[in-house]
Amino acid sequence: MTLATLNPLAGQRLWQRVLSDRRVSIGGGILLLLLTVCLLSLPWTRDARGDLFYDRQHANASLLPPQTHQLWLLLGSTKLGTSLLGQCLIGGVISLTIGVAAAAISLVLGVAVGVLAGYHGGWIDSLLMRIVDILYALPYILMVILLKLALEPLLLRLWLSTAAANLVVLFLSIGLVSWLTMARVIRGQVLSLRTLPFIEAARAAGAGPLRIFLRHLLPNLVGPIAVYATLTVPQAILQESLLSFLGIGIQKPLPTWGSLASDGLTLALNPIWSRWWLLVFPCTLLGVTLLALNFIGDGLRDVLDPKREGAKI
Amino acid sequence: MVKFIAWRIAQLPLILAAIYLITFLLVWVAPGSPFMPGGERKLDPTVEKMLKEQFHAQSLGAFLRYYPARALRGDLGPSMYYNGWSVNDVLRYSLPVSVALGLFAMVIATVAGCGIGVLAAMRRDSLLDYASLAVALVGISLPGFVVAGILLAIFCDHLHWLPSSGWGTLRQMILPGVALALMPMAYIARLMRVSMLDTLGNDYIRTARAKGLARAAVVWKHAFRNAFLPVFTYLGPAAAYAMTGSFVIETVFNIPGLGQHFVNGVKNRDQTLILGTVLVYAAVLLTLNLLVDIGYALIDPRIDVTAKSPNA
Repeated sequence: MTLATLNPLAGQRLWQRVLSDRRVSIGGGILLLLLTVCLLSLPWTRDARGDLFYDRQHANASLLPPQTHQLWLLLGSTKLGTSLLGQCLIGGVISLTIGVAAAAISLVLGVAVGVLAGYHGGWIDSLLMRIVDILYALPYILMVILLKLALEPLLLRLWLSTAAANLVVLFLSIGLVSWLTMARVIRGQVLSLRTLPFIEAARAAGAGPLRIFLRHLLPNLVGPIAVYATLTVPQAILQESLLSFLGIGIQKPLPTWGSLASDGLTLALNPIWSRWWLLVFPCTLLGVTLLALNFIGDGLRDVLDPKREGAKI
Repeated sequence: MVKFIAWRIAQLPLILAAIYLITFLLVWVAPGSPFMPGGERKLDPTVEKMLKEQFHAQSLGAFLRYYPARALRGDLGPSMYYNGWSVNDVLRYSLPVSVALGLFAMVIATVAGCGIGVLAAMRRDSLLDYASLAVALVGISLPGFVVAGILLAIFCDHLHWLPSSGWGTLRQMILPGVALALMPMAYIARLMRVSMLDTLGNDYIRTARAKGLARAAVVWKHAFRNAFLPVFTYLGPAAAYAMTGSFVIETVFNIPGLGQHFVNGVKNRDQTLILGTVLVYAAVLLTLNLLVDIGYALIDPRIDVTAKSPNA
């Protein structure tokens, strides 16, 4: 299937095919735009003296509706009088960091386990796959919560700041739970690749396991890895919002889009005086980002993994 | 087939034991204690020692000598935080609630999802087709609590059609059930649509139509059974979603289910309650997965579940 990537010319065409998929280009464009805005505004959202600072609590400015004559009130203000715009901007950075970092952890773990199981086979394969089966049976979100609980003191001992430890423990615990699908898919790929003549030829030519993995297996696994890593990012972001809702997510005053949405929920849905902006803006940003990421993932899957075409939404 | 089922059932206790151990270790290394939640007030060391001895939690070994053996006999021990309650009591009241909610949501999701999917396949590019796509997209792009909150605002606060919280009557079940079912329903509808379109392209469908059978009869009698297979494989994950997704739904609608007790258990570091809820969740999930696998083999006699597929 993706054997074509071994040929550099075919590789080039593959990239063109990926980028010409409308879902990938539109999703990628939106994501790039959001990411750039959030990252470029960091100097202002982190400047403790500025109006946009995420923890600057303006006096007499609690729950002001959006207005255009002042930049920091563009999206309104929160209960504590902080700028919702500033919170949304830095919240985007944190949400995306958690998503990408969790996906990276699940990628490394999933690929390592999948390749080891698929390539080695035998008892290692059986053992690893039974472990994956057991973990699959575990209620996913329960494990994220318990891992977070268990890892927090460990990281607090390593890091100086509690905020950093809190952030790291969030994406660690989400990442450590979401590698299972990746491991299964990669194992399946490696199992079928292993029997192909070019791997045997490489082995006959005296290539070691590491070389076979890096030069021969990995290029053929790029497709499924890219697809599943992209689809893990929105899932991790959603998991974090769930944790925030349950009160065990990111620690205040740092915001994420998910925690902003869960904070704004009751105030926005108040039937007498709805502070709609507290829910609408974080949710729109969250929704658009998750849609863009899912679009990219689905588009990639259609181009790189033609076998699974039927599974798309 | 019988051998396969027996083997899977024999595996269950082993998997549950592994889950028990993993959960226990995670809970054990977590900081805080159920006897002084939040560490606000320091407990007198002698009192703490007494409490720990009372709950067999002085050391890792003491805990493991006391609780697992009892758990085997179906006794999950006393709750460390709720005075005078045993974990079994807590579960006895909350498990039926969560299971009922989950199953209710699954039924809505499957029936409505299949119906919408088939109709969307029969009328491609119609309003219904796009509506189901829109719901599916909302489902994957918004957190469950936001969807539940919006439903609550529309149907309780504005329309006053349904009660906002509580548990016991069918009217109280509708809103949380729908909120929980929305995501799997949309996914099942899309899955059903794609699979139905595939199936309708087959020769035997054309033959049946050529012989003069009505379109509806062909779709529902001939195509549906085959098109349903991919949906059936999704029922396992959907059940897992319905069980664990109920966490948030239970909180939003104030339903006294399992999820709330787990969250409270975590917040209070109630080690026995956490262990109990995780174990019950895992047992329910494992049983549902097993049922889906068995059902899959029954629906499609060609499928050999015992064979090892390379893409498993």
